[in-house]
Amino acid sequence: MDKLLNWIDARFPLTALWESQWGKYVAPKNFNFWYYFGSLAAFVLVLQIVTGIFLTMNYKPDAAKAFDSVEYIMRDVEWGWLIRYMHSTGASMFFIVVYLHMFRGLMYGSYRKPRELLWIFGCLIYLVLMGEAFFGYLLPWGQMSFWGAQVIVNLFSTVPFIGEDLGVWIRGDYTISDITLNRFYAFHVIAFPLVLIGLVAAHLMALHEVGSSNPDGIEIKKQPKDPATGLYLDGINSHPYYTIKDIVGVVFFLIVFSIIMFFMPEMGGYFLEANNFIPADPLKTPVHIAPVWYFTPYYAMLRAVPSFLGSQFWGVLVMGAAVVIFFFLPWLDRGAVKSIRYRGTLFKSWLAAFVVSFLILGYLGVVPVTVWGQFGDGFPFHGADKATVVARVLTVVYFLYFLLMPWYTARDKTKPVPERTT
Amino acid sequence: MNKIVTVSAALLFAVAGMALASGGADLRLDPAPVHRLDTESLQRGARNFVNFCLNCHSARFMRYERLKDIGLTEQQIEDNLMFGTVRIGSTMTVAMTPADARNWFGAVPPDLSVIARVRGVDWLYNYFLSFYRDDGSATGWNNLVFPNVAMPHALWQLSGPNRLVSTEFDNHESALAAAIAIKGLASVEPGSGGKWHVRIVAADPDAPGSMTPVQYRTFVADLVNFLDYVSEPSKNKRISLGIVVVLYLVVLFVLVYALKRLYWKDVH
Repeated sequence: MDKLLNWIDARFPLTALWESQWGKYVAPKNFNFWYYFGSLAAFVLVLQIVTGIFLTMNYKPDAAKAFDSVEYIMRDVEWGWLIRYMHSTGASMFFIVVYLHMFRGLMYGSYRKPRELLWIFGCLIYLVLMGEAFFGYLLPWGQMSFWGAQVIVNLFSTVPFIGEDLGVWIRGDYTISDITLNRFYAFHVIAFPLVLIGLVAAHLMALHEVGSSNPDGIEIKKQPKDPATGLYLDGINSHPYYTIKDIVGVVFFLIVFSIIMFFMPEMGGYFLEANNFIPADPLKTPVHIAPVWYFTPYYAMLRAVPSFLGSQFWGVLVMGAAVVIFFFLPWLDRGAVKSIRYRGTLFKSWLAAFVVSFLILGYLGVVPVTVWGQFGDGFPFHGADKATVVARVLTVVYFLYFLLMPWYTARDKTKPVPERTT
Repeated sequence: MNKIVTVSAALLFAVAGMALASGGADLRLDPAPVHRLDTESLQRGARNFVNFCLNCHSARFMRYERLKDIGLTEQQIEDNLMFGTVRIGSTMTVAMTPADARNWFGAVPPDLSVIARVRGVDWLYNYFLSFYRDDGSATGWNNLVFPNVAMPHALWQLSGPNRLVSTEFDNHESALAAAIAIKGLASVEPGSGGKWHVRIVAADPDAPGSMTPVQYRTFVADLVNFLDYVSEPSKNKRISLGIVVVLYLVVLFVLVYALKRLYWKDVH
C-alpha cells in the first residue's frame, strides 16, 4: 500500500493534497451548531448530483413528454419515486442549509478580513445555485414550472430598450416552449453543475488557505503553537475530530431529511406544489403564480416596488441588488470585533431586523398581495394593500441593514474579545 | 443571540396572527373519511372508478397490472375491471378523443392520474357530494365546491338530484356559527345589504337516488380513496420504508454520537 502511495505521490501530489485540504488542516476547536451547515451543503450537493444522474436516465426533455416522463419515473421505474423525492426534497433542503450557512457568516463575521474572497466565492455559489434551481424547476413541465419560468423570464423583458429581445434570446422563442425546455435542461444538467463544482472547490481551497473562523471571531493562527502538539493553542486537527463530528451532523440531517421525504414529500405544497401536478398549459394562466419558497423574499420585493416612469424595471433592479449587495459585506462592516458574542445592541438589533424582514418577505412572496386586505378610511395609505405596504417597509429595512452597516458597526459598543476561545 | 430568536419569534407570531385574522374561510369542507390502508375500500373504489369514471376520464399513467397493489389478483383484475381489448400491462386510457370531448362537453375531461395531488382528498370528496340541480346552467347541474363546472352530475342516479338550500343570516358571526353547527360541507357567502348566506346541498325528498345518503357517501369515499391511491401508487411503500429508514438512522445516530464523544474526550 505504501509503495503504491509513494509511486503516485512521485507523479501526483495526492498525499499533499489530502493533507493540505483536510488531513492535516487545523481548525478551531470551538465550532458550535452553526458550523455544521458547510459540510451539510457539500453533502446535499453530492446527493443532488448523484440523484440527478439517475433522473436524467429516464427523464425526457421534450415539451410533449416531460410531464409524462416524470410520472413514469414515479411509477414504472424501479425506485424511481425514491430518487425523484430525494432530488425534489434535496433542492429545498439545499437552500435551507445554505441560508443557515450564510446566517452563520452574518452572525460570526465570517466574511471579514482575511476571508473576503472566501465570502465572495460563497456569494457566487449562492447566485449559481439560484440559477440551477430556477432551470431545474421548469423540467417537470407542470403549470407552476411553466408560469413560474414565464414570470421570471419576463423580468428580463423589463430591461429598457433591449428587454423584448433579451426575453426572446433567453427563451429561444416568443413564449416558454420546447426550445426553452431543452436549453434549460442543458443548463441544469451540465453548465451550472460544472460551474457550481468549480466554485465549491475554490470556496474550499480559499477556506483551507486562510483557515476557519469561529464563534469567538479569534484568529487561531495568531496564537503561539503548543510545543507538545505543534498546533495553535485553540486548534485541533480536522481529521479525525471534525470528520467524526460532521458525520454526526450528516446522520442527524438525514433523519430530518428522511422524515420530510418519506412522510411529507410535498411539505404542505412548499417543496412540491399542487398546481405542478397539472401539465403545463400555455393557454390557461393559474390564478395565483408564486415562485418556490426559496425565491419568495426577492419576489415579494419585486412586487412591492411600484412602477416608475412606466417601467417595472425598478423592481427587477431592487431584486437583483438585494442579492448582489451580499458581495459587499466584507467592506461594509467596520466593527472592532467579528463575532456577535462581542458586538453591541446596535448590531444585534439590525441583524434581528434583517432576519425578520427576510422571513416575513418570504411569507409575503408566497401569498397574494390581497392577503391582509386593504387599509380602510382614516389610514394614511387609504385603499392600498396592507401586504404591499408592509413589504415596502421590510424591503427598506433589508437594505438598511447593509447600507447603514458602516455606521452602526463603527458606533456599536463592543465587548473585549478574549485571548483564547470559550 | 437569544435576544434575536425571541424578537424574531414574537414578530413572526404577530404576522401569523394577522394572517389568520384576515382570512375568512368561505367554504367549509367535510373531511374525507378515507384511509390508504383500507384495502376493501380501495377495491370498491377501483370498481366505482372503472364503472362510472373511466368512460370519459382516463388515468393514463396507471397500469391495470398495478392494481395488484390493492390486493387484487391478475385474474380478478382481468375479469372485473378490464373491458374490450385492453391488456394487463395497458394504462387506463379512454376511447373518447379530445376533439369529440370538446364537441360534446365543451371541455376535455381531465386525466385523473394525479388529480388527488392537485385537489386533495377533502376537496374531491366534497366535490362529489355537492352537485345540485340548476336549471340555469348549460348542463342542468351546478356544484357548490366548483361553481359552473363543465361536468354534469354523472352519479345523479345514485345520489338523486340534490338541491341547493340557502339560509340568510344578519351577520357574519351568526352565519359562521350556523355553518359550523352543520358539521358538514357548507359555504358561507356575503349577500347584499350586509346579510350573509349559508348554502348547503341537500337531498330532494321527492326524488331520492338509488342509494341512501349514507351509502352514497361511502361510495364517494371509496372512489376518492382510490383516486388518492392512483395519484401515488408507491405511497404505502414510501411510508412503510420510511419508518424503517428513520429507525435505522436513529440507531446509527446514537452510535456515531457515542463515537464522536469518544474521539473528543481529550479536547478541552
